[in-house]
Amino acid sequence: MPENSSSASATLPQLPKAPTGIEGLDEITEGGLPLGRPTLICGSAGCGKTLMGIEFLVRGITEFNEPGVLMAFEETAEELAANVASLGFDLKDLQARKLLRVDHVHVDRSEIEETGEYDLEGLFIRLGYAIDAVGAKRVVLDTIESLFSGFPNESVLRSEIRRLFRWLKDKGVTTIITAERGDGTLTRQGLEEYVSDCVILLDNRVIDQITTRRLRVVKYRGSTHGTNEYPYLITGEGISVLPVTSLRLEHEVSNNIVSSGVPALDEMFGRRGFYEGSSVLVTGTAGTAKTTLAAAFAEKICEENKRCLFFAFEESPQQLIRNMASVGIDLRGHVNEGRLRIEASRPTLNGLEQHLVTLHRLVKEFKPDAVVIDPITNLITVGNISEVRSMLTRLIDFLKVSGITAYFTALINGGVGRAEMTEEGVSSLVDTWISVRDLEGVGERNRGLSILKSRGMAHSNQVREFIVTEHGIELLDVVLGPTGIVTGAGRLTQQLQEHAQALASQQETERRDRELERRRRMLEANIANLRTEFESVEEELRQISTHEQSRNEALQSGKQRITAANPPAFNAPLSGETGK
Amino acid sequence: MAEDLNDPLDDETWELRLYVAGQTPKSVTAVANLRKYCEQHLKGRYKLEVIDLLVNPQLAEGDQILAIPTLVRKVPEPIRKIIGDLSNEEKVLVGLDVRPVISK
Repeated sequence: MPENSSSASATLPQLPKAPTGIEGLDEITEGGLPLGRPTLICGSAGCGKTLMGIEFLVRGITEFNEPGVLMAFEETAEELAANVASLGFDLKDLQARKLLRVDHVHVDRSEIEETGEYDLEGLFIRLGYAIDAVGAKRVVLDTIESLFSGFPNESVLRSEIRRLFRWLKDKGVTTIITAERGDGTLTRQGLEEYVSDCVILLDNRVIDQITTRRLRVVKYRGSTHGTNEYPYLITGEGISVLPVTSLRLEHEVSNNIVSSGVPALDEMFGRRGFYEGSSVLVTGTAGTAKTTLAAAFAEKICEENKRCLFFAFEESPQQLIRNMASVGIDLRGHVNEGRLRIEASRPTLNGLEQHLVTLHRLVKEFKPDAVVIDPITNLITVGNISEVRSMLTRLIDFLKVSGITAYFTALINGGVGRAEMTEEGVSSLVDTWISVRDLEGVGERNRGLSILKSRGMAHSNQVREFIVTEHGIELLDVVLGPTGIVTGAGRLTQQLQEHAQALASQQETERRDRELERRRRMLEANIANLRTEFESVEEELRQISTHEQSRNEALQSGKQRITAANPPAFNAPLSGETGK
Repeated sequence: MAEDLNDPLDDETWELRLYVAGQTPKSVTAVANLRKYCEQHLKGRYKLEVIDLLVNPQLAEGDQILAIPTLVRKVPEPIRKIIGDLSNEEKVLVGLDVRPVISK
């Protein structure tokens, strides 16, 4: 069913449109202004109505090869040319090449006396002549409402203006009519009644001393269009309507991994780093080495011969380089070789949208592989939370769609407001969230790092203590004490204690070994004594037995001699038998 | 004011231009009215040029013509413009700063 409707809408004839060439506007209007019809641009003073009109003409000439006519009721051709010269629009050159015609219409009530019936055929003739002279496809009437101050007869004027728009439609030129915003109405003179095809409202709002310009397509007959208010800017290259927040989440994803720049931190992630093109948020209270972590990441990116864009909202580039050099992170070399670009500015220098546009422009120019913003929370000084949130949403979207790894740091206070902003506003947008914080113990603070989330990969659940050394950031091994993980001096004490215990137990072992040795030697000595004793006894006994033997032998020989003297021929055996 | 300017104005030749667009009823009326007033009040010291913008559209820009018909008093200075079919004689004379002859 959805496929059917989408394919059907793709084949349906679309309202023909004239692309404006103005950055972002064509996306909002889905292709441009209605071709061959009038469009009303209204807004209060200083909104850039005239500029939008001129840019429409100039881009039409330079990009779409459609000559144009500018009918200016307020400013002369010279003034207009001078005003837009700074944007690189050379009106005089275009006029000389017969691609543009600027007609200044001067209306002065004091010069004009009215008597009898009249019409504005003169205006038609002039416009028609100008259109024919350059073959114009686009016409801008810059504040046609000026006519109301010049001609007293309003009913004539209104019918003539209605006729004019009809006539322009018949001519088939795409027209922009600018008009001043009225009180409670879109235009002061109710021109919206006559121009009903497309109405764009420009707005210039000052909130908390910061001006934001916004654009809204109020109506667009015969076409769908973005209905939100879109911030826009007048930049060095003309009007830039902020790239639309992409509502669809359909960016390409990468399976590649980029390192965080801190090896031990990589180890905490299941795949040894972040996904390429993902967004990483590092939050922490003041002084928890967020910038250092960010710089380590930037350095790593550059070491891999990729490009990194670093937005510093707190430090100047020189300061950042110096400070990071003190912890062994050398950024200068990468800056010099053009792999790293540090853009430092005070957040209050510009409105949020200006920051966003700057970022867009630099990303387009520099084509980085990674963007670091340190810290995003500083932007809150130039807008309220919801604005910052929507800006960051756009920013993260933009970077994701471009496949650029984004690394943000955010300062969180103990206070509720900002923490909430970070947690609710941004954290749901980022893929990886690392939290650094103070682990405050007895009389000291230590830095602890933990991973709160990491989409798409396993990660460590530990709070790791880390220290900033001269060689960068080092994560320490986890030391478990009796009451959990111990850090800082506690950790050192723990380590000392463990060391002492080990030493003591080693000494104990040695002592026991010595004792055993002594015992052994003592026993051995005893054994030797006993053996000696035994030997002497043995000898004595042996002597005794020898003596006995010799005595026996002597006795035996004596008996033999006696027997020989008295032959016992039958005595002896007889004695035996008789004995039985 | 009129009295101050009376003397020099009397001597000068008046240059008038009337811008019209084709032969519309308004244009025809305006030309007829103007010729009548000039003959009556500025006889012999005026030059009248009738410009048809349908024939010469490029001339519209020079005199900042928007409304048709427009009568432009080029000389004497300053430039004055009167728009409409010039049906109200009094207004035209005041607008051109012409002293009516009849009153003499």
